[in-house]
Amino acid sequence: METKEKNPEKDATERESIEEVPTVPIFIMGKRYDVPDSLTIQKATEYAGYQLIRGCGCRGGICGACGTVYRFPDSPKIEVGLACQTLVKPNMYLTQIPFFPANRAIYNIEDLQPSVDEIVRQYPEILKCMGCNTCTKSCTMDIEVMEYISAALRGDIEKAAKLSFDCVMCGLCTARCPAEIVQYNIGILCRRLFAKHMVPKSEHLTKRVEEIEAGKFEKMLGQLKEMDKDTLKKVYSDREIEPDLSEEYWTPSDKSHL
Amino acid sequence: MPYPPELNRLIQLVEKTRPRRVEDKKMGKEFPALSLEERTKRLKYHPDHRDDGRRPIKVGSSKGYAIASEIVDMLESKSRVDPDKVDLSKMDYETDVLVIGGGGAGTAAALLAREEGAKVIIATKLRHGDANTMMAEGGIQAATKGWKDSPYYHYLDTLGGGHFVNIPDLVGTLVTEAPNVIKWLEDLGTMLSKLPDGTLHTLHGGGTSRKRMHSAGDITGTEIMRTIRDEARNFSQDITVLEFSPAVELILNEHGHCAGAILYNLETEEYHIVKAKAVVLATGGCGRAHIQEFLTTNHYGATADGLVLGYRAGVKMAYMHTIQYHPTGIVFPEQAEGVLISEKFRGAGANVLNIEGEQFVYEREPRDVESASFIRECRKVGKGVPSPSGKFGVWLDSPMIDSLMGEGTVEKEFPGKHILFKRYDIDISKEPMLVYPTLHYQNGGLEFSSNGKTSVPGLFAGGEVTGGVHGQNRLMGNSLLDVLVFGRVTGKNAGIYAMEEAKEGKLTLDHVRAYHKGLEEAGIETNRISPMLLPDYSSEEVRKRRLTTRYQGTLL
Repeated sequence: METKEKNPEKDATERESIEEVPTVPIFIMGKRYDVPDSLTIQKATEYAGYQLIRGCGCRGGICGACGTVYRFPDSPKIEVGLACQTLVKPNMYLTQIPFFPANRAIYNIEDLQPSVDEIVRQYPEILKCMGCNTCTKSCTMDIEVMEYISAALRGDIEKAAKLSFDCVMCGLCTARCPAEIVQYNIGILCRRLFAKHMVPKSEHLTKRVEEIEAGKFEKMLGQLKEMDKDTLKKVYSDREIEPDLSEEYWTPSDKSHL
Repeated sequence: MPYPPELNRLIQLVEKTRPRRVEDKKMGKEFPALSLEERTKRLKYHPDHRDDGRRPIKVGSSKGYAIASEIVDMLESKSRVDPDKVDLSKMDYETDVLVIGGGGAGTAAALLAREEGAKVIIATKLRHGDANTMMAEGGIQAATKGWKDSPYYHYLDTLGGGHFVNIPDLVGTLVTEAPNVIKWLEDLGTMLSKLPDGTLHTLHGGGTSRKRMHSAGDITGTEIMRTIRDEARNFSQDITVLEFSPAVELILNEHGHCAGAILYNLETEEYHIVKAKAVVLATGGCGRAHIQEFLTTNHYGATADGLVLGYRAGVKMAYMHTIQYHPTGIVFPEQAEGVLISEKFRGAGANVLNIEGEQFVYEREPRDVESASFIRECRKVGKGVPSPSGKFGVWLDSPMIDSLMGEGTVEKEFPGKHILFKRYDIDISKEPMLVYPTLHYQNGGLEFSSNGKTSVPGLFAGGEVTGGVHGQNRLMGNSLLDVLVFGRVTGKNAGIYAMEEAKEGKLTLDHVRAYHKGLEEAGIETNRISPMLLPDYSSEEVRKRRLTTRYQGTLL
């Protein structure tokens, strides 16, 4: 039994020509298109005939290229989503916001202190935050944006870093902020400050880098590089495997190549 | 889109066998892994081994080499530009190092070339950072833990995964530089997952003998990409980024050295000439070529552009007959089809099961063996799980992870996928996922050496566009590592070359003319042009109604 893999983007089309697929009207920048009801906004836009240049990236909800704003005729609410992740709904009218101008501080992460003073020096507009929470409501990743901005303002860099971790930098928070704050750039500054200056350095990593600089593994790697395939296969098959549920400080019985 | 009743009934079979499987796992009792001989047998079910999938290239430096037909089509195509119409005497940009591609390898290369004093231009097709690097979830391998691991074991694992045909020098550089790369990331302020005392959190991946998979939550690639991009933006006076400007052809000079590229402004449709002392190709892979019509996990821009450019300039193909199909792409819900489910799920202990809820393969075989096993189970054995849209998949038993490591682990360790499925009313900490192999990675690519050089002087390459590092199959966590190790090596050496060795000369596109002649001589008559730049996903119905007889100006 052979099943043929299908190209996902082609599927909707193929079905369309073969059988009746329920369609819904959507309004892309105000213009009506009828599209299959099972599609994401991104695939529906392509189905309608657009070849996307801007506003399309990973197609998997992580790159932030396809931030989209939409509304329904009978609702006062502005809704947001990533076009590649949001399913079409009848009568939604939408536009993608593939780019929004934003300022960005230039810094040397080495020289900065993880403090509220530093954040304010790099991004003084953060002080204008009026706590309206529009940024949070505009977040395509359901991040508590205002919470992390508040944390940064309190000097709680760790909290700001952790709360902003899932940010895809689509820029919709910034597009809608009445205080003209560039939240996502403050987010990444906090994450870098936290990881660089607040989290303990990995001692085993430093040690390993020193060993490599001292050339500790050159000889044993040299032996592997020269080894004939059959010997190599044997060494490979005989190598000891760390058990799945081992403790962090598990050690192998053969320590001659560590 | 929760699971329909017929799938829910099948999930009950998974639930029935789960307590026994959890007990086995706790006791260290695993489904037996395949021996090397059994692996070879199993691989005949892998798409690479389908004879109707490939054909020999009829032109160029790797003439006669049989690779995927979709890629051969691209190589047996004409340039997007007529070399006779391009005026190379008018330069739009001049720089020391031109980096083509703005993903992980390109950005790392730009940063390191700058450290050598070079002025750098990054030319990229979409936005800076739009790349497969951004999408890598699981992690990055490096032997950083001296009490149990070393580059020796990393080397062995990498070779075993690649079927012992990897190029030894490239693997040596990969595993030796790996800890340095992690250190570099730590110093840049990347939020790597750590224990409270700073010890790096590491897990197993398919084919690893030691837990050396480092991560940043379940968005490792995103965290790495946005951090190094942020760093590049701090040097905007030395690193200029040209977005929506893919390269469509390399430019050589009269000495046969690479000396720049032609860029295409996707929005104004102009072509621009960049003159450079050294060029780095870091254009990534080919998933959007949809080889054998497989779904792909790849980025929108993964269209093999760099392969075409490098090949036309004379660089050979290495290991391009192998493509990696990631074992676990989403089959249901249909809206998320093809989307990657990280190997980290299997690293954390989730079993793989057939329609009866029984194991048929150890969950941490190398990817090609794992994928081949899924395809075999569905197509040959006939124990695949049918999806409502008529496809087949196997179960990935994510709830097991909570049973093994405590309730809440799935939500905490895999927040991205947990949210994604939640949108469809599926709770992956309680229900398994339906998965099937999906086109994931270009194992091979342009031939290059461990210093990043290609056979064309002045042309360097790094990352997924190259071949040899991974042999015939890449291990999880070695691709993020590859892009950073060879991105850095390539950038550094391109920087040094540009500042010290590059030889000026008259620019030429004679290699493109010669390539066109080669096509003619091989009897290839075609209207195809390449690189393809972007896939076209518009519907057939729409295309039928596009009746313009002749295009004028920029009106398409």
